[in-house]
Amino acid sequence: MSDEYVLSQQFEITGGDFGNAGKTSTSIKEILKEIGIEPSIIIRASIALYESEMNIVMYAQRGKVFLNITPEKLHFKIEDQGPGIGNIELAMKEGFSTATDKMREMGFGAGMGLPNIKRNADRFEISSIPDKGTTLDITFCLNKTGSK
Amino acid sequence: MSPYFHSIRIDTDKCKGRMKCLRACPTQAIRVRDGKASIIEEKCIDCGECITACPHGAIVPLTDPFGELTKFRYTVAIPSPALYAQFGREILPAKILSGIKKLGFDSAFDLALTCGEVSFAVQEYLRDYKGPKPLISNACPTIVRLIQVKYPELIHQLIPIELPRELAAREIKKKLSKQLKIDEKDIGAFYLTPCPVKMISIKQPAEKGQSFLDGAISIADVYGPLLSAMEGMEKGSYRKALESICILGVGWAMVGGICRTLRLKNSMAVSGLNEIIKVFDDIERGKLRNIDFIEAYSCLQGCVGGSLTVENLYTSYNKILKLIETLEFEEIKACPDIREVRKLYNNDYFFIKGKFEPRPLKPLDQDLAKAINKRKLKEEIYETLRKIDCGVCGAPTCLVFAEDVVKGDADLTDCVFYAPENTEKITDKLSALLNESVSINLSDSYTNKLINKKD
Repeated sequence: MSDEYVLSQQFEITGGDFGNAGKTSTSIKEILKEIGIEPSIIIRASIALYESEMNIVMYAQRGKVFLNITPEKLHFKIEDQGPGIGNIELAMKEGFSTATDKMREMGFGAGMGLPNIKRNADRFEISSIPDKGTTLDITFCLNKTGSK
Repeated sequence: MSPYFHSIRIDTDKCKGRMKCLRACPTQAIRVRDGKASIIEEKCIDCGECITACPHGAIVPLTDPFGELTKFRYTVAIPSPALYAQFGREILPAKILSGIKKLGFDSAFDLALTCGEVSFAVQEYLRDYKGPKPLISNACPTIVRLIQVKYPELIHQLIPIELPRELAAREIKKKLSKQLKIDEKDIGAFYLTPCPVKMISIKQPAEKGQSFLDGAISIADVYGPLLSAMEGMEKGSYRKALESICILGVGWAMVGGICRTLRLKNSMAVSGLNEIIKVFDDIERGKLRNIDFIEAYSCLQGCVGGSLTVENLYTSYNKILKLIETLEFEEIKACPDIREVRKLYNNDYFFIKGKFEPRPLKPLDQDLAKAINKRKLKEEIYETLRKIDCGVCGAPTCLVFAEDVVKGDADLTDCVFYAPENTEKITDKLSALLNESVSINLSDSYTNKLINKKD
């Protein structure tokens, strides 16, 4: 496949900016709708993206979302500069959270973020370096056979 | 002919091309080309924002004139509970209903009673429902359209219970045709509507072929005559009039009325299209899963804020609110019998006959690869534009203009800041893409014809 049929876009997210939290996932959702991605995939992608976006807003200094769409797959790479995750295995457990009381008051920090992303994605990879940051790779298959 | 019926028309003689509607439209369905506004039917959800925005009255709501009544042997008026909010606090529904009969209708039906039944039916549905939450009220046709067009993923969360006005018309016709021994077709049921949007749910229901109503008359049109009709009417007992009001039903006139009168704990009420869009975005992100029910109205404060009402929307909202408070305080419960409602509910009495179908906007291209390419090009075009959303090209924003260009609906030269040197690279790609899709469309329709011929 030539790179002719690839849509690549980049979005920046600022840590702590709750006023704009959610805007990136909304813009990306609009793009997916315009292209005509299947509604069931859009909804899974929206949930996964929003959780990732909120993780950056809540924990990191800043982050970037790299969007890549081909006719075969929808791929997001989400990189942040932040505290990183010490124990990924633990962080992937439902109910585990390091959220502060304030975050919980806002309805976040139920320890469902990462597991929720994984549950909604077709492929999910996570890597993290403490005190440097975290990178998520989230993929959704667009051809029927590969989708959940 | 367009497959979509709309309750809004543009009077091109009156349109001065001032572009107020262009910016008011929440779904970017309006374009102003050659000095005249036009509506992209596929995108319009009939919210009526443009009607209010137009300084020349060039955008006309489509409702029925009074003359329609003469077409029927027997006529019944079914006023929206929002009508009860249009007059002073001492004028209660009983008086308003007697006033309506003087206007030339053979009878007037208190829709609040049916609304009350439907409130109970909604409660039943909420109790048994196991699917994804929150459920969304289908009371406002604009909200149903908004979901069909922009949030097709949420369509299964719309409550599939028939609207009170439809149920009322269905039952009244059944009953009257027996009583009067006339054909149901000879009975005209007219809804007195607070907004033009109700017309579309009568002329083109979202889920089924036909409405039980025969037309809708604007509250603004009946207001004057009704006021005179009620003048000098005998003052009945206030207490008696109060006791005939169904508290659940009058709640349908205002946002939050259903939630409040049913005392739904995990519910939420929203009004105003822009706010609703934010809430629906949250639902899509999976944020509101702990909410059971959302009551959403496109007009601010609910139906009392409809564009065809007369009274200031806060005054009318307040009238309904105070009425509900009074009824609560006096412990007046002129409501349908819940046991009766349950029986009817279990007999399928309340459910809509069809299904809500999504009506998503067409993607940039049917072919995913081409759609991706067009989206890329849209971004490239957008980057060359000034991004000041001046509207002179006829599109509401530069981004929408870029989309119109890749769809072939607008030309790059329509932009007043068009400079060929900025767009050299794009023009080639654009013509390549557009030519490609045109030839594909042609061959598609050609094969279709072949298939049809075989049939």
